[in-house]
This record gives sequence, C-alpha cells and structure tokens, in this order.
Amino acid sequence: MSRSITNKNAPAIEFKHVWFSYDSHVVLQDVSFSITDKDFLALIGPNGGGKTTLLKLCLGLLHPQKGTIRIYGKEPEKMRKILGYVPQNPNPNPNFPVSVIDVVLMGRLSHVRLGRKYTKEDYNAAIEALDRVGMKDFRDSPIEKLSGGQKQRVFLARALAADPKILLLDEPTTGIDAPSQSMLFELLRELNSHMTIVLVTHDTIAISRYIKTVACVNQRLFLHEEGKITKEMLDATYQCPVDLIAHGIPHRVFDEHNHVHEDEERDK
Amino acid sequence: MRNALIAGVLIGISCGVVGSFVVVNRAVFLAGGIAHAAYGGIGLAFLCGFSPFLGATLFALFTSTLLAVAIQRWDQRLDTVIGVLWATGMALGTILIDLSPGYHKDVMSYLFGSILAVSRSDLYLMLLLDALILAVIGFFYKEFLAISFDAEFAMTVGLPVKLFQCIFLWLVGLAVVMMIRVVGLILVIALFSIPPNIAERLTSSLKRIILFGSLFAIAFSVIGLLISYHLNTSSGATIVMVAATTYLVFLSLQDILNRCFYNNVEG
Repeated sequence: MSRSITNKNAPAIEFKHVWFSYDSHVVLQDVSFSITDKDFLALIGPNGGGKTTLLKLCLGLLHPQKGTIRIYGKEPEKMRKILGYVPQNPNPNPNFPVSVIDVVLMGRLSHVRLGRKYTKEDYNAAIEALDRVGMKDFRDSPIEKLSGGQKQRVFLARALAADPKILLLDEPTTGIDAPSQSMLFELLRELNSHMTIVLVTHDTIAISRYIKTVACVNQRLFLHEEGKITKEMLDATYQCPVDLIAHGIPHRVFDEHNHVHEDEERDK
Repeated sequence: MRNALIAGVLIGISCGVVGSFVVVNRAVFLAGGIAHAAYGGIGLAFLCGFSPFLGATLFALFTSTLLAVAIQRWDQRLDTVIGVLWATGMALGTILIDLSPGYHKDVMSYLFGSILAVSRSDLYLMLLLDALILAVIGFFYKEFLAISFDAEFAMTVGLPVKLFQCIFLWLVGLAVVMMIRVVGLILVIALFSIPPNIAERLTSSLKRIILFGSLFAIAFSVIGLLISYHLNTSSGATIVMVAATTYLVFLSLQDILNRCFYNNVEG
C-alpha cells in the first residue's frame, strides 16, 4: 500500500485511517478517502456526525489521534496558503467594529509576514475577491450592518482573497434566502473550474447538480463518486437511524430500494 | 497635583488602547480577574518587603498567563477560572498582609487608588509601560484585529493565535498595574469598560474607538481628579463616578435622540 506521494499527482485531499475523538467521545473512526484536484465534494450527514471536525482536520486546526492527512501530499499546516475556509458561524464576534474590507484583508494574512502592513497587492486581491462575490460596493460598510447572506459572501471573499487551491465551506447556506443560495452555488461552480471545493451542507437537493462527489459522514465516511444524491442517502442521513443504513454495508441497502428516479424528477 | 494630572493622562492612553481590545473581546471580567489577583502580589511584597508595584506586576503577569492557558484549554469554563483567580488573589493578598509585620494603612490605596501619591519615578514607569503597550499594539495591530474578530480563522491563516492571546493578556496585566496606582484594583474595570463603550457608540472603526476611548479616559481622569481635589473626596472613586455619570447621561441622551428620530420617521 505504500505509494510515494509526489506533490504534482498527489490527491488534493487524502485521509488515511484517520481517527479523531474529543476526550473519550469518538467523532471519526478509521476514515480513509481521497479526492482529486478540482473535485467538488459535498459532505452530508447528521449533526454531530463529524463533518465540521473533518473540515477542521483538513485545515490543520485539529490533529488526528491516529492516521495521516495530506493536502497535495503535504501536512495541512504547511499548506495554509492554498486553503480557503468559510466557517459555519457567520457571527464569530457579533457587533465587532470592523469594516468589510478589513475582514476580507484578514484572508491575506497567510501571505503577509507578522507585523508587516498589507501591501497594495493585498488590497487589490481583497477588492477583487469582494467584486467576485458581488460585494465590492460594501467595502467600507461595518460588517455588523450586513444581512446574513451578505456576511456569508464577505466571508467567502475573505477565503478567496488568499487565492486558495482548495476551498472548504461549512454549511454556507445556513440562514440565507433562496436567491442568495443559488447565486452562491453558481459562484462555486465557476470557482470549481480552477479550485477544489469541499462543502458541508444540509441542502442536499439544492446542491446536487453542482457536486461531483458525495461523502456521508457519521463517524465513518462513505464516499460516493457518482456525485448523485439519492433518496436513500437522504433517508440515511436524516430520517432513519443512520447506523442501520449508512454504516456497514450501505451499497447493499441502496440496491434494495430504488427511488432514484423520483428524486431526480423532484430535483428539476 | 501636577504629577497626578500627568498620571491621569498616561493611564488614559493605556486604558483607551487596551480597554478597547478588552471591550471588543468581551473580556472585561477577565481584566477584573487579573486586577484582583494582583492583590496577592501586593500582599507578597508587603511580607517580603519589596515594592508592592513589582509584586502586583509579577502577579498580574502570572495570572494573565494562567488565564491564557485556561482560554486555550477549557474554553467553556473560563468564567469559573476567572472567579477562582479573582477571589484567591484577594484572599492570598489579605492573608499575606495579615502575616507581615506592622500596621498597613496604605493597603487601602491599592484597593481604591491614590493618584495624589504618584511620584516622579512612577510617572517614568507609566510612560515606559504606555510606550510598550502602544508599540506592541501598533506593530501587530492587524494580527490583534484578526484574532479578536475571529480567532479560529486567524489560526487557519497560520497566525500564532495562542501566543498573541497571551501577549494581549500580559498587556492587560501591565495596564491594570498602572491603573491600580490611580483608581485602585477594585475600580479598574470601570475605567477599562466605560470609555471604549461610549466610543463604540460613536464610531464603528476600532482605530477610532481606541482614539476616542483614550480621550474619554483622559478626560474622566483629569475631571475626576479636579473634582476630588475641590470636594476632598477619594480620587479613584471620583474618577469612576465621573465616568459612570457620563456613561449614564450619554446612554439616556442617545436613547432619547433615537426615540425622537424614530418617531419622526414614523410620523
């Protein structure tokens, strides 16, 4: 199984037998998967199933107790410049007095040395990122004056300002209206032409036409490379006790039911 | 009196700069905990016969470090840790002072401040601490801003967040020690929280909050000092009362103005 990992043809993200637990509570067990460059991976699964933990492991915010994680063949901590992160919480510090442009500039911190000022290049990258998400006109607004959807776009711009190769988003559609959602997904599709995207989401139906790969996460991880979200996967994720279906032998269960067509029609 | 006025200006600066970050980080009680824990150091100084200021500084820095570790290890229970350090520091200080020989009338001056007793060497020390605080915050402003706004994101871009949190708490500790001289450790949190809080209602830029906060803190110190001089009241308490009164008046005025404006829009 030992295969030499060179940077060029290494997978964008690779987990090998990763175990993670908070104290004695096991969150992820024996997770192994890899996705290639420019994949669009959706992580679905119940709350507390380990989706956010998985993103944080990719970012090097958390470290696995067992197993290895590689980003283009290297440790996550060494790849911070190419990772863009849009966290779940749109209000990390409510009413914080800071302008939109200053928030987006924070995305450039991985490119600027400690104690140095942002350069013209950093400002240009930040403005360009804001333009990309359609928020350029708000650059001098206080962040607290924005709506939830607008904040979400600013946080996306903050991630894009660093010009990442992998974009990791944690439930970016929470609390934003339908038009903003489809705008976001269209934007992600455009971005996907030159960057790998990993998205934690509950909006499985809305997202299904954009994604290439799906992974169900509930302590264990099951990768479905068809990129199609089936009714069974939704059932498995949200309604039925997940242990019965998504654990162990998922594909046998998927074969037994056959509601795929229904789901596709509903999608249109 | 001249020394006292200069001291008022010097602590106003550190209050505005550090206090603004304390307020936007919701860390007012953290600052209170550090201030009270510093009393343990004052007690130790009395017992061992060295400068109470040195004792307070050592304890403030020690407590800051402990709190930084606490924030990073047990985020949920931070309030408990603050409470424990707060009370333990006071208890330890009290016992150590009990044990030290002689009668200690000037203990009160550390609790409630004694700006009139500020010496020339105290002023130099304050100037030095001000310069240090301004230099650190000025040099690493963008890092402190990012970490205060979203520490987790700051970690993902590779900032040494834990180190900066620790440095920030040390700065709080140093500012607290300076202020103990003027308003006393019990009243420190008023001067930390009120000026930046008023400033925060006037502007939504952190830089301006720092500037306005410093100006307010200087004004409160100087005005409070002059009033206490004329009424012959305790300087620290008078400064805090000036700040609190201004705060109340300001809030009421803002509320009334908002209502009027709102009614006009409605009508």
